[in-house]
Amino acid sequence: MPELSRRRALTTAAALAAAATATGTAAAHSTHAAPSDSPNSPGAPGSFDEVYKGRRIQGRPAAGGGHHGGGHHGGGYAVFVDGVELHVMRNADGSWISVVSHYAPVPSPRAAARAAVDELQGARLLPFPTN
Amino acid sequence: MTVRKNQASLTADEKRRFVAALLELKRSGRYDAFVTTHNAFIIGDTDNGERTGHRSPSFLPWHRRFLLEFERALQSVDASVALPYWDWSVDRSPRSSLWAPDFLGGTGRSRDGQVTDGPFAASSGNWPITVRVDGRTFLRRALGTGVRELPTRAEVDSVLAMSTYDMAPWNSGSDGFRNHLEGWRGVNLHNRVHVWVGGQMATGVSPNDPVFWLHHAYIDKLWAEWQRRHPQAGYLPAAGTPDVVDLRETMKPWNDTTPADLLDHTPHYTFDTA
Repeated sequence: MPELSRRRALTTAAALAAAATATGTAAAHSTHAAPSDSPNSPGAPGSFDEVYKGRRIQGRPAAGGGHHGGGHHGGGYAVFVDGVELHVMRNADGSWISVVSHYAPVPSPRAAARAAVDELQGARLLPFPTN
Repeated sequence: MTVRKNQASLTADEKRRFVAALLELKRSGRYDAFVTTHNAFIIGDTDNGERTGHRSPSFLPWHRRFLLEFERALQSVDASVALPYWDWSVDRSPRSSLWAPDFLGGTGRSRDGQVTDGPFAASSGNWPITVRVDGRTFLRRALGTGVRELPTRAEVDSVLAMSTYDMAPWNSGSDGFRNHLEGWRGVNLHNRVHVWVGGQMATGVSPNDPVFWLHHAYIDKLWAEWQRRHPQAGYLPAAGTPDVVDLRETMKPWNDTTPADLLDHTPHYTFDTA
């Protein structure tokens, strides 16, 4: 997969390790709270942080309900794949979708992050709004 | 007068002209502007906020106008071209002529999903994916992988039988025709087809795959069929609905057209069959 060179993978891993050290958290193992997998729960789901198929996926409630300008609505929850934000959206029934899997709802933001990793097949995510 | 035909009945010359017009829009940069617009709406439309292009009553008139704009762009290249439609309830196999190398090309290879035949294969050099959400610049598909089956005619008929256009809360949680056709609820027609095709068609930048237009031209035809079955039923809501496009409210991004203006397709095009 040409989009994820070994050099880039190592660079990303180093950056993540540095970030984890800076914030005093343990890197790269599943530390999500169980409620993050529950649809229909009131309020935003909990945070998660894990390595899935060799890529770090993270999710957390986003303060203020927005994180970027542009055409993005700000869903109140932010998901990252190897540190790049993945646009996600919560449906009325509590299910979730992401910009790389926009027509197939899944039960939780972590499931959306995993579906994105599956879909990406190792390719890097581009920051949104798209170029 | 524009006549939209079933893709399965196009002549070789009609296919050639349609493909050539697509490639010219792509070359000129006009094609990618449509992809950008679609992605902006799909990201911006939310169940509890403003919603126009998707997950809302205006899903159907918004896409009708979007396709009209695109069809006019094609016709500025070749005035003989009309958008064909794909009746996926009939042509429901990856072996359908739709996916032949003389038309849209086939499914992607297993390693990376890359489409390797047809006019839109990356190797042609004519179809770079420039408006994208990830690093991959080639058209991808995985026909029948994300979901095994396309909707059946019986499932289509079950949705066409619904007599109410749309219902509160006017979003992905609604009952009624629009949301069942869109697919957030029930047997799932429109959404499921995006997932069945896979690749970019399953993402917010779905118009990167030319089949987007043929899929939506058929969704648009199903709206027309529904209107004929339910002549007393109209677009809803009528007025005064926050965040939702009412019958006589203008729609972004055009701001000069309302759902009421788009209920009748016949001033713009007709279909090959009733």
